[in-house]
Amino acid sequence: MLKEKYQKEIDDIISRYPVKRSALIPLLYLAQQEEGFVSETAMKEIAGLLRLTPPQVYETATFYTMLNLKRVGKFHLQVCKSLMCGLAGSDTVMGWVKTKLGIRPGETTSDGLFTLSMVECLAACGTAPMMQVNEDYYERLTEDRFDRILADLKEQGTCSLKTGPFMWPEPVAVKGEK
Amino acid sequence: MPKHELILLKNMMQAGYTGSLQDYERASGYQALRKVVGKVPPAEVTAMVMKSGLRGRGGAGFPTGVKWGFLPKGYQGPRYLCCNADESEPGTFKDRQLIERDPHQILEGIVLACYAIGAETAYIYIRGEFVLGARILERAIAEARTAGYIGTNILGTGITANVWVHRGAGAYICGEETALLESLEGKRGLPRVKPPFPATHGLYNKPTVVNNVETLANLPYIVGRGPEWFASIGSPPKSTGTRVFCVSGHVKRPGNYEVPMGVTFRELIYEEAGGMRSDKPLKAFIPGGASAPFLTQNHLDVKLDFESVAAAGSMLGSGGVTVMEEGTDMVWAALRLMEFF
Repeated sequence: MLKEKYQKEIDDIISRYPVKRSALIPLLYLAQQEEGFVSETAMKEIAGLLRLTPPQVYETATFYTMLNLKRVGKFHLQVCKSLMCGLAGSDTVMGWVKTKLGIRPGETTSDGLFTLSMVECLAACGTAPMMQVNEDYYERLTEDRFDRILADLKEQGTCSLKTGPFMWPEPVAVKGEK
Repeated sequence: MPKHELILLKNMMQAGYTGSLQDYERASGYQALRKVVGKVPPAEVTAMVMKSGLRGRGGAGFPTGVKWGFLPKGYQGPRYLCCNADESEPGTFKDRQLIERDPHQILEGIVLACYAIGAETAYIYIRGEFVLGARILERAIAEARTAGYIGTNILGTGITANVWVHRGAGAYICGEETALLESLEGKRGLPRVKPPFPATHGLYNKPTVVNNVETLANLPYIVGRGPEWFASIGSPPKSTGTRVFCVSGHVKRPGNYEVPMGVTFRELIYEEAGGMRSDKPLKAFIPGGASAPFLTQNHLDVKLDFESVAAAGSMLGSGGVTVMEEGTDMVWAALRLMEFF
């Protein structure tokens, strides 16, 4: 039950809005953080907390691509396929996933570790090709980097190659400024 | 070394600038807010914005001061400001840089806007994928709150402006202002019929202004250095100020480049972004985001301002300039864009 574990967070979230329904997406995120996806039980509980009907919660939850109504792999590889990344080789990245992990978009590896989704523009077009893995961005992908990312994620659950804050252009000291 | 004076990217280009409150204040941040809140009548702030000629930086380019002017006069109830940080237009990545590298600049703009329009609550609607950006903004808001720039009783003036980060959950359409409002209300992001406009019937059906991140980031400078200064930059009177253009595709140095409006595509692509990445010549480029018609070599001397690009048969849009070299399959490119929509 979300309420038992997160009462304080829930109260804080609801207090930010004059209308309770605005807290819906934040609470759905909380449920997803807890269980790895948004379950029916969670949706029913959230409906109760916000005085909404379960279909009202369900209709919102089904609209948004980042709310998973089913489990995904431990690492959700979201590779950008928009034109700008396409020009920089995003199809090649998709090929690496197919070769190295054996999965196509929408599929999960049999060990449950990696799921592949092709997504649209993640606003990193200057550092393409790139992908988002769960919450982290990995920009300027090369095959070596990609191999290292998969290996690190499998072994340590995280990878130091994750990028951010925004890295390009690199700062230069501007002459004459204090 | 940048050829043109930077405004929005200036702080973050200094080596060692972290975007913290301390760094921002040291760079003269929040001076505009101190100058104005509780001292200059809100209507005068709106007049400054109108005089500056600032036009929305999200893509539609609607004059910001005029938009603010649509709020109902004499209305006593709550008003809202929404910062549109849902940057999802393919080829556009300027707002992400502004958010991640200089969040206080945006916050100062938000509080200035709240003051001008009489809003006590602002929501930054940030796309769900910008997890790092949301964290950075939350941290900056906490810093600004402690320093008295956000919250109730700002700088001891008794004026209130609360700013909250609200994450989206993956929906390009929520960048459209009325769909954004629906989503903020906890519903599916379906656009509303206009009229009525958000200025009279916005968030929770109350008077609301929705402005893009970059639009708001310009406010501290318009207020601090004066609207006449801002209006003298770029291509006055119709396209004033600078814009942060996003260059992607087959160039040597893809990235964001802030230039005055009116600079040519040739300068942006060949000087700022280093020109084509290989010896293949330019075949086509998109001047402003995924719904802008492609332009060719013949259009390189078109100026980057609203009117010139429209006259060339396309649109300045979101500022996302994508360059394609000889050998790129145009049918494939068009298909990729269509799949997005």
